[in-house]
Amino acid sequence: MATVLPPPSKRQKTAAAARAREQVSPPPLPVGNQRIQFTDADTGLAQGPIVTVSLADLTPANLSLLLNSLLDRHDPSERLPYRFYDPLGGEAAVAVADFSQQKLLEAIAEGRASAETTLSIPCRAEAVFRVRAITRCSAAISGHGESILSAQFSPANSSRLATGSGDKTARIWDTETGTPMHTLSGHTGWVLCVAWSPDGGLLATGGMDGTVRIWDPVAGKPLGGPLKGHGKWITSIAWEPYHVQEPGRPRLASASKDGTVRIWDVVGRKTDFALTGHKGCVSCVRWGGKGWIYTAGHDKTVKVWEAKEGKCVHTLNSHAHWVNHLALSTDFALRTAYHDHTGKKGVPETIEAKREKAKERFEAAAGVNTGGSGSNETVERLVSASDDCTMYLWSPATSTKPVTRLLGHQKQVNHVVFSPDGTLLASAGFDNLIKLWSAKDGTFLYTLKGHVGPVYQVAFSADSRLLVSGSKDTTLKVWDVRTGKLKEDLPGHKDQVFAVDWSPDGERVGSGGQDKQVRVWRH
Amino acid sequence: MPQNEYIERFQKQHGRRLDYEERKRKRIAREGHNASEKAQNLRGLRAKLYQQKRHKEKIQMKKQIKAHEERNVKSSEPAAPSDTPLPAYLLDRSNQTNAKALSSAIKNKRAEKAAKFSVPLPKVRGISEEEMFKVVKTGKKTAKKSWKRMITKPTFVGPDFTRRPVKYERFIRPMGLRYKKANVSHATVLFFLGLYLHRSQVTHPELGVTVQLPIISVKKNPQNPMYTQLGVLTKGTIIEVNVSELGLVTAGGKVVWGRWAQITNNCENDGCVNAQLRVYQQRPSKPKREIMAM
Repeated sequence: MATVLPPPSKRQKTAAAARAREQVSPPPLPVGNQRIQFTDADTGLAQGPIVTVSLADLTPANLSLLLNSLLDRHDPSERLPYRFYDPLGGEAAVAVADFSQQKLLEAIAEGRASAETTLSIPCRAEAVFRVRAITRCSAAISGHGESILSAQFSPANSSRLATGSGDKTARIWDTETGTPMHTLSGHTGWVLCVAWSPDGGLLATGGMDGTVRIWDPVAGKPLGGPLKGHGKWITSIAWEPYHVQEPGRPRLASASKDGTVRIWDVVGRKTDFALTGHKGCVSCVRWGGKGWIYTAGHDKTVKVWEAKEGKCVHTLNSHAHWVNHLALSTDFALRTAYHDHTGKKGVPETIEAKREKAKERFEAAAGVNTGGSGSNETVERLVSASDDCTMYLWSPATSTKPVTRLLGHQKQVNHVVFSPDGTLLASAGFDNLIKLWSAKDGTFLYTLKGHVGPVYQVAFSADSRLLVSGSKDTTLKVWDVRTGKLKEDLPGHKDQVFAVDWSPDGERVGSGGQDKQVRVWRH
Repeated sequence: MPQNEYIERFQKQHGRRLDYEERKRKRIAREGHNASEKAQNLRGLRAKLYQQKRHKEKIQMKKQIKAHEERNVKSSEPAAPSDTPLPAYLLDRSNQTNAKALSSAIKNKRAEKAAKFSVPLPKVRGISEEEMFKVVKTGKKTAKKSWKRMITKPTFVGPDFTRRPVKYERFIRPMGLRYKKANVSHATVLFFLGLYLHRSQVTHPELGVTVQLPIISVKKNPQNPMYTQLGVLTKGTIIEVNVSELGLVTAGGKVVWGRWAQITNNCENDGCVNAQLRVYQQRPSKPKREIMAM
């Protein structure tokens, strides 16, 4: 029963009446002009000329319009949405505090800023499309006989979702109707990982039985038999990026508990070579867009291999315990290759054009993180999450020393991802927390608190504005990464959620877990 | 403050004797000598009792040493993959707590709709008041009117319980029969295993585990509403236990704190409380009381 508040006393009533009588004057309009210079938040380069703007007009919406016109984007269709950061906070404030007129006026009043100096405002272009936060479960599809261990959307569109399960099958679901499409049976053990090829034409699954199988996702048929070679179960699969593939001869890398990574020729159905060097279980493999393969192992090392001959290029030692997961700043571009937010319209006709587009997208993604040097050189950054409760940010192309160490988690870090635009990092730990970091220099931004169990997986939306997380506490949670606040709490699963994936086009989220149901979530 | 903790209270207020630590050290240092002296010099019944005590102590010691040794051995055998499928990132982790098995078992059971209104023990034996209460006949007036009762069954009293003044205390709940913890399991087969569990865990692939949990309250004693109020623990009583350490979560993702369980043993005979978690929380379908035809 709700407590009924006592009525206000006479003193309170007279005070309220006096307040109502008193006239409130509107805040005075600021007078004066301010010279401003837009700079790129990532590289620090100037954007457009120095302009003088009246203080009264200095709102983010006006700034966005101004910057677009300064950069000669007059047509409304070609304008980019911009995010402006606090110009007064210095280096650390970039990517944390937003620009606000109020704060600037206060600073001028206090003498921390002056209208006489040029104010450089860091800005960053955001995705031109907007992904809406998922709010409801559009389908809960039963079918798997055991826990769902992995899930991934097709890079082409969100209507196909592949899941691997403990019932020794993988399944492909039609998420539009919420119905099963194909059951891919053949494995003799749990299906631990599923991976769509970047063009969406093939599906690879790896299982507890130590085999990798390739499937035709349209027909739902296996392409040949199992790829045998590993002695123990498969932990992770990575496809060769589309733009470096030999046309018609895609390859994939599979990491295994037996300590090796095998590179398979998918068409020839044989091992090209095996990367042996890890002394323990290889927990994660990533195939970079510049011809390097990155692997992380339980032997505390991250190794970088040359994808042509399989030579070990670097060994990155810094971690003090198992390395659990790796993420590349270009992961999203590599996963989706030539598919972008325009959907089917944006897919080029010929293979050459597709390769060209995939390359362009990769380079755009890799160019974001050049770290203020301003060069056009593409840099692929790597982040490794470990059982020693920390992460390291690497730039393997330039140095074998870590760029920085990300401290803050209080238990093992299980999963880490870069945002699709490459500016943010999200890490999920067994301490029930998700942490957001700036991908540029690894500064800590936010802790996303809310889960009451270990967080197993996180996934960014394609526009990098939202994050979804799946946890042992049976819920999915959607977070606004700009403010670090909880956006949606999505209960529904009856048991822990092992796998969660946000489709590359942002339409749907797919999740699966121990309750054997695949759930599809939409706005 | 609970009534019986006056020593702790005193220590908090005034501290200990200044030579407490030294005396303690010396006492412990003397222990071996004392044991030896007793073993050599005691005669007759005392010697017998002493040997018995010593025998038990030695068994405990040996067990402990063995446990320590086992802990130090590094097994080369890879841990067998568990029966429940796990994603790759959880495979080599041994911290899969048994509590999880327990909660999964509950969830699986819940999926079966038939389990909805079932309690582990649907029927209980009726207990008469003569069996439950002993009439207290000490003191002149108490004996004359015989209005005071002592409860002969195990009871649960809250953590901050203090006894009422003698004049008003109608029911005495003896200290020795009070329980704070229950061995909670989720399995029907535990009956057949005939477990006498005290701070122990039993794992079974299907059945989950037994864990010792603090009792929060007595929800329903099927014998009599008054017994519920008095917190009497008899077979079939539904109690609420604190499951927060198991890490169970609700469908909404909140941590479950209390969960209901039904007592499955005759606590007064066994000296411990064994209970089973109930699958469904709502609607306590009360076990039927059955008066046994004598």
